[in-house]
Amino acid sequence: MTTATDIAEAQVKMPLQREPGVERRLLHRTLKPLFGTPVNAVITLACLWILWLGVKGAYGWLVTRAVTEGGAQACKVGHGACWPFYEAKLRFMIFGVYPYDEHWRVLLAMVLFLGAIAITMIPRFWNRNLIALWGVTIVATAILIGGGVLGLPYVPTTQWSGLPLSFLLSAVGLALGFPLGVVLALARSSKLPAIRVIAIVFIEVIRGVPLISILFMASVMLPLFMPSGITVDKLLRAQIAIIIFAAAYIAEAVRGGLQAIPRGQHEAASAMGLHYWQAMRLVVLPQALKIAIPPLVNISIGFFQDTTLVTIIGLLDFLSTVRTAMTDPNWVGIAVLEGYVFAAVVFLVFSYGMGAYSRFLERRMRLGHD
Amino acid sequence: MRADAMSGTRLLYNLRFRAILYQVIAVAGIVLLGLYLFSNVSQKLAEQNIATGFGYLSREAGFVISQTLIDYKPTDTYGRAILAGIVNTVWVSAWSVVLATILGLVVGIARLSRNPLLAFLAFLYVEALRNVPLLLYLFLWYALIVTSLPSVREAWEILPHVFLSNSGLTVPSLVWTSAHTTVLLALVFGGILGVIFHRRATAERIRTGNVRALWPWIVLAVLLPPVLALLLVQPDFAVDLPEKGRFRLTGGAQLRPEFTALLVGLALSASAGIAEIVRSGILSVRKGQWEAARALGLRDGLTMRLVVLPQALRVIIPPLTSSYLSLFKNSSLAIAIGYPDLVMVSNTTMNQTGQAIEGIAIFMLVYLGLSITISVFMNWYNSRVALKER
Repeated sequence: MTTATDIAEAQVKMPLQREPGVERRLLHRTLKPLFGTPVNAVITLACLWILWLGVKGAYGWLVTRAVTEGGAQACKVGHGACWPFYEAKLRFMIFGVYPYDEHWRVLLAMVLFLGAIAITMIPRFWNRNLIALWGVTIVATAILIGGGVLGLPYVPTTQWSGLPLSFLLSAVGLALGFPLGVVLALARSSKLPAIRVIAIVFIEVIRGVPLISILFMASVMLPLFMPSGITVDKLLRAQIAIIIFAAAYIAEAVRGGLQAIPRGQHEAASAMGLHYWQAMRLVVLPQALKIAIPPLVNISIGFFQDTTLVTIIGLLDFLSTVRTAMTDPNWVGIAVLEGYVFAAVVFLVFSYGMGAYSRFLERRMRLGHD
Repeated sequence: MRADAMSGTRLLYNLRFRAILYQVIAVAGIVLLGLYLFSNVSQKLAEQNIATGFGYLSREAGFVISQTLIDYKPTDTYGRAILAGIVNTVWVSAWSVVLATILGLVVGIARLSRNPLLAFLAFLYVEALRNVPLLLYLFLWYALIVTSLPSVREAWEILPHVFLSNSGLTVPSLVWTSAHTTVLLALVFGGILGVIFHRRATAERIRTGNVRALWPWIVLAVLLPPVLALLLVQPDFAVDLPEKGRFRLTGGAQLRPEFTALLVGLALSASAGIAEIVRSGILSVRKGQWEAARALGLRDGLTMRLVVLPQALRVIIPPLTSSYLSLFKNSSLAIAIGYPDLVMVSNTTMNQTGQAIEGIAIFMLVYLGLSITISVFMNWYNSRVALKER
């Protein structure tokens, strides 16, 4: 396309040359980058046109052409967003096949869980109390979702589904993948050749194959590896695959952090008489993990999205319940865009939020180091 | 007695002894775990009467693969079916890599535009793609193609002889013969010749300082072999144009909805990542380089091409490698929308033969092998562009 002109446009970080009297008028300063040169004016007009098309299309679909009344038949005739679909299917899309009357339990568990995450994200609260907080949250969530105690009816894992399941898979995957990943990273940078080789092979094999092959392995092959008579829950199998997958990627992020720690730190720790584990636990790892936090957050974002792949082995995660809602016999072929748009917005909100947080952390870390 | 205990403890505190002990424990643990799992597997397989080994690869597959590049019929073997799957995986990944690279470069540069509106649009593009799972987009593109596009009878003619309908994209195609292959090979040969010639000319210029206009010779080196081949084998350039009949489209090559959705999904999602990589690569070039180039009188476009991009490439290549690798691995999501890639063919094979271990082993090994090939190639390229410190 117009690569040459695009390239010419590219040096934004160059300070614009300060002409005398550049503070003249605000209007001038806003308009200059938009219409300064003929090429720029054309680009601006083209962008405005694209934006206009997008806004017009979205507004028309969501508001003017939207179907707000009536059932599936009204939506079939109309050409806009089908609000009755959301009305009828919202709870199913979020909670899936979890027993209808018990939805409050999952909702409460999600609120607790998101609250714990929100607290964890604030650097001021980074201390030992967090571990206690998470212990309490996990126990409470497990009791709420699973039931079977305190008079709450038992809900089997086959009915765990929807957005809570997506949260569960990614959170448990990251929480258990993290310690495993740290151990793998330490093993990979160990001086002992046998241990290093084991870690390298494990990490590279997991990273070299697609996630769905690991999920397949867990869902198809794991039962074969278990002794006769022992069956592993389907959800647990997927969870194990996700933990292993997370561990391999986390290990590489942590290794990056470990490599950034100067040798002097190790030497100083030895000189103080600390042995390997003490040196790692008290001196090296705290610094390495701090450096590794931004990449770890980025891994978490990708990971939350990757858990959608459990759809392929037949678990009812959020994307899967949305798709199920769309293929309901009453709505099939009517709410194609509606379901996907809803799912996309939910993912966008969470992922973008995490991304913004990661950028905030990166800025904070940089300030801390300089 | 006491002395023995002492020496035992002392041995435990010996660093070299401990190092060996740890390794022996780790290796023994893994070997024991492996043996345990192996004994479980063999017991299970014996109980369930499942055959083992790769003998099934030479048996007749008996299932249809909807789209293949190599000749495949249901009467062919499982081995050939899996090969067809591998070729399909490589085919869709390769086209996606090309598309994603071009798109990513354009969007990455647009992200840095001085025009705030263009930069903002590029930002929206990147964020919309990065924050929504690829699987969701694949489902969405596939659903849009299949449900929103008109049927073949009312196919849209978006360009002359290019039709878009709910059974995919139909484009004109060349009737390919072996003569065409010969010309193509000659073109590749000419290209290689041209590169060699260009290199020698550059080396000559650096050695002697003579600046001669060499490009006519290079063009000649590139064009001569294919032109000769054309004259020699005289291929027939019959283009098969798709035509809209009463009920269906005839002629041309058809890109099926599954392929189109996968291609678009993979290329778009990878392009967002590549755009960010390109952006950070360009930003990593210090502004003194721009200023120096400007002081030498280079125009912006030339500065970008001759000064900034070569330096940015050093930063760009390693992350670009991993984004190509993840694109390639993500092509396995094809199974969700029914494009017959390696995973889908293996899955069908596993369902028919019951030999899950072999099936999964094959496709994991293929992915691993191709991943390693891609990263070795990109590392080689990286070492060529990397900063040479002398």
